Amino acid sequence: MKRKERFVEALLAFSGGLTILTTLGILIVLLIESIAFFNEVSIVEFLTDTQWTPLFADKHYGILALVSGTILTSFIAILVALPIGLSIAVYLNEYAHPRMRQIVKPVLEILAAIPTVVYGFFALTVVTPFLQGFIPGLSGFNSLSPGIVMGIMIIPFISSMSEDALYAVPKSLREASYGMGATRFQTAFRVLIPAASSGIIVSVILAISRAIGETMIVAVAAGQQPRLTLDPLVPVQTITTYIVQVSMGDVEQNSIEFRSIFAAGITLFVFTFVLNTISAKVKRKFQHKYE
Amino acid sequence: MSSRRNRIADRVFKLWAIGCTLIGIIMLGIFLVNIAIDGLGRIDWDFITSLPSRKAEKAGIYVALLGTVWILVLTAIIAIPVGVAAGIYLEEYGKKSRFASILEINITNLAGVPSIIYGILGLEVFVRTFGLGKSVIAGALTLSLLILPIIIVATREALKAVPKTLREASFALGATKWQTVSKQVLPAASGGIVTGVILAISRAIGETAPLILVGAIVYLNKPPQTPLDQYSVLPMQIFNWISRPEQEFSVNAAAAIIILLLVTFVMNGIAIYLRYRWQRKVKW
Repeated sequence: MKRKERFVEALLAFSGGLTILTTLGILIVLLIESIAFFNEVSIVEFLTDTQWTPLFADKHYGILALVSGTILTSFIAILVALPIGLSIAVYLNEYAHPRMRQIVKPVLEILAAIPTVVYGFFALTVVTPFLQGFIPGLSGFNSLSPGIVMGIMIIPFISSMSEDALYAVPKSLREASYGMGATRFQTAFRVLIPAASSGIIVSVILAISRAIGETMIVAVAAGQQPRLTLDPLVPVQTITTYIVQVSMGDVEQNSIEFRSIFAAGITLFVFTFVLNTISAKVKRKFQHKYE
Repeated sequence: MSSRRNRIADRVFKLWAIGCTLIGIIMLGIFLVNIAIDGLGRIDWDFITSLPSRKAEKAGIYVALLGTVWILVLTAIIAIPVGVAAGIYLEEYGKKSRFASILEINITNLAGVPSIIYGILGLEVFVRTFGLGKSVIAGALTLSLLILPIIIVATREALKAVPKTLREASFALGATKWQTVSKQVLPAASGGIVTGVILAISRAIGETAPLILVGAIVYLNKPPQTPLDQYSVLPMQIFNWISRPEQEFSVNAAAAIIILLLVTFVMNGIAIYLRYRWQRKVKW
């Protein structure tokens, strides 16, 4: 009996341990191949060159050209998702009838359930032509359209996490504000949002991290031209899109071109890891605030 | 005076916020209608049972659809037992141990890793090191790692909702820990676990990026027969059709998107329904 109990516990613990192997696997794979990459390409060139052309005859390895595309699309996405998502959170929390809330939340969650390649199709075939109607200089592939669509995709992230944060603000604060004659608008923006700010910040950081790692929307609609620019109207390439581009082509394994996807991968991993760590830190602080 | 201004600000914000709420829903509507107009006419039995082709009007999704089913089944077989077991360990056994707290931090981190990084891991470990090549099983293993954190978190949430009294009653009757967990706690939490698992699997079905890395292929003339065969999946087929300049392929993409969304929505619908029923039935 005892032996069986112990065996079961060991088996369960082993299953959990597999997740640690996953993390180790990711780190080891990225490090080994990146080290091989940096044996051939100097890290100074990697960080300072302004061109990324590993697939051309004249090879440059300036990751900035991919980083700028990534930051540009993610920035546009947050610009769309933050005001809309936060407004939805305030509305559902302070204004809406509970039944309205029950209907709206699952509908918004559908937005998060749609496969991202489908959003890419939407960006390319609906949003880009629509925008070209009044932005004549907009090229067929650009960062504006996928950025906006990515923003729509991450609205539910921000709205639902911000709503939880607003909901967690103690009732007494809200009542005190109303008691002093404040309107719902004043209560929301002067009392609730400041009180819930850390939770809202966490939601935004996680949304940024999600946007940076997003692949298919930009792979479909942003183009495949790495360039160091902040112009949202021209084709760009993100880190993720480059990895996809190399994987789709027939690049020889163990070549420098092949290894460059691991260098791009580790850059992406560092970005998202830093963001996730910051958000975890903020979250831990926030949990103790009202206890 | 200022109180009037405040009330106007309140109204204006309310209208703006309603607009924001509607925008997401309106976008969803525009989008679905657009896809339906583009693609519905293209869907017929031939489209579902035809092989891929370089001619748009002859091409179908047969290989990709069956590939998706293969991926779905294999991923479920691999990820569900491991994920639920890890969830049980964290919630019922490991509670205060150092190992458990490391696991917990680790799982939170993994949930934030972009899916394409899992693709890189799968490429290096399953495809190259294990020598599985561009096979269905390599794809399923990769996606299993991707959805493991989701299943673990969902399992823990469901177990957390089971009240302590149930466990204490079982212990008081002389049951061992595993008897308590397997005969009392798990059945009580099953509704929540099933919901979480379905949502995780439906996420796996829509994934494209990691499968591009581990070698899903577009032009195959037959669906996989064994887990070691090459494969394609629906999102991959869609991506390929979208990337082509010809208008006819865009129509194919829309049609395939309808099928993919149908599968995703049905699974999400089932999950939401189960959650609803479970919440109503179980009142502790």
